[in-house]
Amino acid sequence: MNAAVQFVHEQLSSKKEFPKFKAGDNITVNYKIVEGGKERIQSFRGDVLKTQGTGATATFTVRKISDGIGVERVFPFFSPNIDSVQLNKVGKVRRARLFYLRERSGKSARIKEKRF
Amino acid sequence: MTSIFSPDGKQTACTIIEAGPNVVTQVKSKDTDGYSALQLAFGDKKEKHATKGDINHFAKAQTAPKRFVKEFRDYSLDKNLGETVTVDIFTEGEDVEVVGTSKGKGFQGVVKRHGFSGVGEQSHGQHDRQRAPGSVGGSSYPSRVFKGMRMAGRMGGDRVKVKGLKVVKIFPEKNYILVTGSVPGHNGSIVLIQK
Repeated sequence: MNAAVQFVHEQLSSKKEFPKFKAGDNITVNYKIVEGGKERIQSFRGDVLKTQGTGATATFTVRKISDGIGVERVFPFFSPNIDSVQLNKVGKVRRARLFYLRERSGKSARIKEKRF
Repeated sequence: MTSIFSPDGKQTACTIIEAGPNVVTQVKSKDTDGYSALQLAFGDKKEKHATKGDINHFAKAQTAPKRFVKEFRDYSLDKNLGETVTVDIFTEGEDVEVVGTSKGKGFQGVVKRHGFSGVGEQSHGQHDRQRAPGSVGGSSYPSRVFKGMRMAGRMGGDRVKVKGLKVVKIFPEKNYILVTGSVPGHNGSIVLIQK
């Protein structure tokens, strides 16, 4: 990362404590939504398809199957709307971008869990 | 470029500009030069790369030779020779205009260069015309091509001004200012910021 970008990022971005996760992991993102003037926390649980970018512009994509329909959401790492992230499962995958999951469904769309 | 978040989670793309410190290397006044202007310089240059004229000119302002020199007509701030103009002249939230040289794109066709839509469709027996400019001058009238007809050619590398950018944040210790949106030119290029 460019030194200037790094400097501004360190000055402005709020420090966040997330568990370390990567593509293939199953996570729950708790994010804030405003509904009728009131704020509440909603969770989104799914597999991480990718993490991308550096610094303040970094994002991660989470995919889940909701009522048989695939739903993907992109979250910026440093969004103030993200309340917390939980790591549910560590997946065993061979690549950093799991776009092949989009063409799959059911049994073949599963990700093997990494056991330690 | 980077981005910042507002407290309600809105993400805004931003550009970091290293603004100054610019040294006043010459003050032109109406009496001596016929017009009033301020010459500002930015970025150090090695002495071995500077000409003797350079060295003496910058020595008058008691600075090292500078790489970029620019004259500003009727500058609004009153500055003397050798003083510096820094990021302090900006305030957070104000509108600025940024002037720079856009990235060179090389020889480009009319679709990219002028936003033409090409000729015809992709199917129904047509081919080879999707990015063509179309007719440039009729055969009977005007039976010539008008001057200034937009055609393919060199694109980019022009002086471009972007208006309505906002100063988001100022870092006086590093001389950085953060403006919304993008500015013309490649990373590390020289730009002019106008208020």
